[in-house]
Amino acid sequence: MNGLIAAIQTLLFVALAPLLAGWLKVCKCRLQNRKAPPLLQPYRDLIKLTHKQPVVAGQASWIFTKAPYIIFSATMLAASVVPLFAVDLPTSASADVIVMVGFFAFARFFLALAGLDIGTAFGGMGSSREMTISSLAEPAMLMAVFTLAMTASTTNLSIAITHVLNEGLVLRPSFLFALFALILVAVAETGRIPIDNPATHLELTMIHEAMILEYSGRHLALIEWASQLKLMIYGVLIANIFLPWGIAENFSVEALGYGLLAILAKLAVLAVLLALSETLVAKMRLFRVQEYLSFAYLLGLLGMLSHIILEASR
Amino acid sequence: MNACWTIEFLNRLSTDITVAQSEAASTTIWQIESRHWQRFAELASQCQVRWVAGWAEHLDARFLVNACFENAGVYIVLRTAISCATPELPSQATVYPAANRSERHTQDMFGIHFIGHPDKRRWTRHQAWDKHSYPLRKDFPVHGKPQDITPPDMDYPFIKSHGAGVYEIPVGPVHAGIIEPGHFRFQAVGELILNLEERLGYVHKGIEKIAEGRAPEALARLAGRVSGDTTVGHCWAACRAMEQAAGIEIPVRASLLRGILAERERIANHLGDIGALCNDVAFVFAQMQFTRLREGWLRGNASYFGHRLLMDRIIPGGVACDVSDSACSLIKQEIVQLRAELSELVPALDLNSSLEDRFYTAGLLSTEIAAAFGTLGYVGRASGQNFDVRRDAAYPPYTQVRVRVPVEAQGDIASRFWVRYKEINASLHLIEDFIDLLAAGDIRAEWQTPQADSESLGIVEGWRGEITAYIRFGSDNKIARYYPRDPSILNWPALEKLVLNNIVPDFPVCNKSLNGSYSGNDL
Repeated sequence: MNGLIAAIQTLLFVALAPLLAGWLKVCKCRLQNRKAPPLLQPYRDLIKLTHKQPVVAGQASWIFTKAPYIIFSATMLAASVVPLFAVDLPTSASADVIVMVGFFAFARFFLALAGLDIGTAFGGMGSSREMTISSLAEPAMLMAVFTLAMTASTTNLSIAITHVLNEGLVLRPSFLFALFALILVAVAETGRIPIDNPATHLELTMIHEAMILEYSGRHLALIEWASQLKLMIYGVLIANIFLPWGIAENFSVEALGYGLLAILAKLAVLAVLLALSETLVAKMRLFRVQEYLSFAYLLGLLGMLSHIILEASR
Repeated sequence: MNACWTIEFLNRLSTDITVAQSEAASTTIWQIESRHWQRFAELASQCQVRWVAGWAEHLDARFLVNACFENAGVYIVLRTAISCATPELPSQATVYPAANRSERHTQDMFGIHFIGHPDKRRWTRHQAWDKHSYPLRKDFPVHGKPQDITPPDMDYPFIKSHGAGVYEIPVGPVHAGIIEPGHFRFQAVGELILNLEERLGYVHKGIEKIAEGRAPEALARLAGRVSGDTTVGHCWAACRAMEQAAGIEIPVRASLLRGILAERERIANHLGDIGALCNDVAFVFAQMQFTRLREGWLRGNASYFGHRLLMDRIIPGGVACDVSDSACSLIKQEIVQLRAELSELVPALDLNSSLEDRFYTAGLLSTEIAAAFGTLGYVGRASGQNFDVRRDAAYPPYTQVRVRVPVEAQGDIASRFWVRYKEINASLHLIEDFIDLLAAGDIRAEWQTPQADSESLGIVEGWRGEITAYIRFGSDNKIARYYPRDPSILNWPALEKLVLNNIVPDFPVCNKSLNGSYSGNDL
C-alpha cells in the first residue's frame, strides 16, 4: 500500500509538472497584459512533439540520442526522493537531499555532454555556461540544505519535514536565510529570469536552450518535460521544507487528499511570485551571475552561522 | 561657416589638384583626374570633411566614379572618369574607413579595381555571377544569367584567429528570431568577443540594376522597397532627387505632408525598437507595452493615410494622399494620448535597475570611432556626432520649423536608447507644427520630363539617419542610374567595433541598439 502511494506520488509529480509550467505561463502573460495560452498548452505541446519525427544530426553519437531518456529518468528519480503530499513513504529511507542533488548533477552531466556532442558552437557555449553556473549553484544549494540538516540533525528530507512540523511555527533566522538562498538557487538552476530566459530565441544569450537547440521531436519533449519537472521539484522543496503544513502524515484518504490540495495551492502561489519577479526584472549580464550565486552562498552561510550562534546553544 | 568651406578647401586643393566645378540641379559636382582620387581624400580628411557615399556608373566606354562629401551641411559630389579598358583608380578607403565596403561593392558590381584597397575580398559578389561578369555594366542582362543551381558560397576568407581557447561562433544567416538574414562570425575567448566580422549581402535584390529604365513613378515605388522599415525615407530621397533633376518645385502642402509621413515613420520604428531592446534583455513587459503603442500608431497610419507602413504615399511631384481637417485633429489627439502613455511607461523603465545594469556601459562606441566611420542617425548622435540633415542641411518642410536634435556623448546602449526616446518627443512636436502650418493647396505638382542626362542627389534624414539617393535620367523620362545609400551602410561597420570587449551574450542587445537594415545595405 505504502509502496503504491510512493509510486502514485512520483507519477503525480511527472503528471502535474506541465500543469505548473502552464500556470506559470498564464500568470506571466496576465502580468504582461497579454492573452495567455490555455492552461493545458504544455501538455498539447508535449503531445505534438511526440508525434513529430526527431531530426538527428549526422555526426551525433549515442550520447545525443540516449541523453533525453537519461535526463528524464534521472529527474524522475530525483522527484521520487522529494515528498510531495505525504511524508514517511517507503522511498523516504533514501529520501536524502544529497541523493537528489546527485541525480540533478547526473542529469546535467548528460545534458552538457549532449550539448557538446553535435559540435555546434551554440551547444558548446550552452554547456560551458551551464557548467559554470551549476558549479556555483550547487555549493550554495548544499549550504542552504545543510542549515536545515543541522536543525533537524538529518539530511533525510522526510525526517526533516516531520521535524519542522513538530517544532511548530517558530521564527528561525537560519531558516529565513536558507529559504532565500534556496529560492535564489532554484531560480538559477531552473533557468529562469534573471539568469536565463526560457522564452528566448536569441541564440547567443541562451544557456539551457542553447544546449538543446539541436533536439526535436520526442527527444525535445522529454527534455522539456524534465525541465518542467525540475521546476516543480524545486517548488515542492521550497514549499514543503519551509512551509510543510498540510502535508499528509498518515495515509488516510482524507489526509492524502488534503495534502495534495495543500501542495497544489502552495505551488500555485509560488508560481505567481516567480511570474511577478520575472516580470519586474530584466535578465542580468552573464558575468553578474557569479555575484548572484555568491550572494546565495553567503545567505546559506549566514543561515548556518545564525543557527550555530543563535539556535544551537539552546 | 556653410558655403565657405568649399571655397577655402578649393584654394587648398589648387596647389596639387585641378578641379572642374559644375552645378547640376542643386548638386555641386567637382570633377578631378583619377590619379588625384586618393590625394583628394587625404586633403579632405585633414579638413574634417565627412565621406558620405560612393558609387559608380557605366557610360559608353568609361566609368564615372563618384564620392559624396559633406561638411557643415554642404554636400559636394566628387567625380572622376576612367576608361573601361583600364578600370582602376586609387582607393579612398585607406583614408576613409567608411568607404571600404562601398568601394568593394563598386569593385564587385563594375569590375573597377581600387589600387591599394586595404581589403581585397569581395563584398556583394554573388556566386550566381560568372567570375568575369559584372552586373551593373551595361552588357549584363537585367534578369541576370540564371543557373539551375547557384553554387554554395563555401570559400569566403573570413579573418582567422589562432591560440589556446580561441574559438569561432558562426551565427546566421538564418536566425532563430524573425529578423533579416546576415552572417556574423565571432572570435571569442570564453565569453569575451575578440573580433566580430559581418558578412552581409544575403538580401541582395539587384535594386540598382532593376531601377534602370524605369519611369519616375515606378522608381519611387522601387525606392520605397529598398528597406521596408524606411519606405518613406528612401521614397522621399529618390523623389527629391528626381524633382531636383526635373526642376520641379513641390507644393507647400505636399512637403508638409511628407514631413508628417517621415516623422510618423520615425516614431513607429523608435517605439518598436525600444520595445525590442527591452525584449533582448528579457524585460518582456516593456516590449509588450511598446509593441502595443507601435501597433496603435500603425493603425493610425492605416486610417489617416491608407497604409500601415506608409508605402507609396510619396510620389514624384508630391504625395498620393491628403488628410482632412478632422483627421488632423484626430492625429493631434493621438499625439496627446501617446505622450501620456509614454510619460507613464518610460519612468518605469528608467527606474528599473536591472535594465539600467544591462544598458549602461554596454556596447560602447567612442566619439572618435563614430566620427572615423561617419556613423549616422541615432547611432552617431548617441556618440556625440551632432549632425541631422533636417537641421544642418534643411529642406522643406524642415526649413519652416525648429528641429530639436538630441545628442549624447556616452555612446553606450543607454545613450542610443535615450536619444531615440527624445527623438520620439521631438518628432511629435514636429508633427504638431506641420499640422499647424497646413494650409489648403495642391498636394501634387505636374511632372515635367527632365532633360536627358540630368542628374541630382537627393538627401533626407530617414529614421536611421541621412539617406542619399543619386539619380541620373536617360532620355524619355527613364532612369539611367539610381543609387540609394541607406545609413546602415555606414552604421554596420560601427557594430564590429562597438561589440569588442563585450561578452557574447550581450551581442543581441548591442546589435538591436544599432539596428542596421540588412536590405538597405545589400541593395
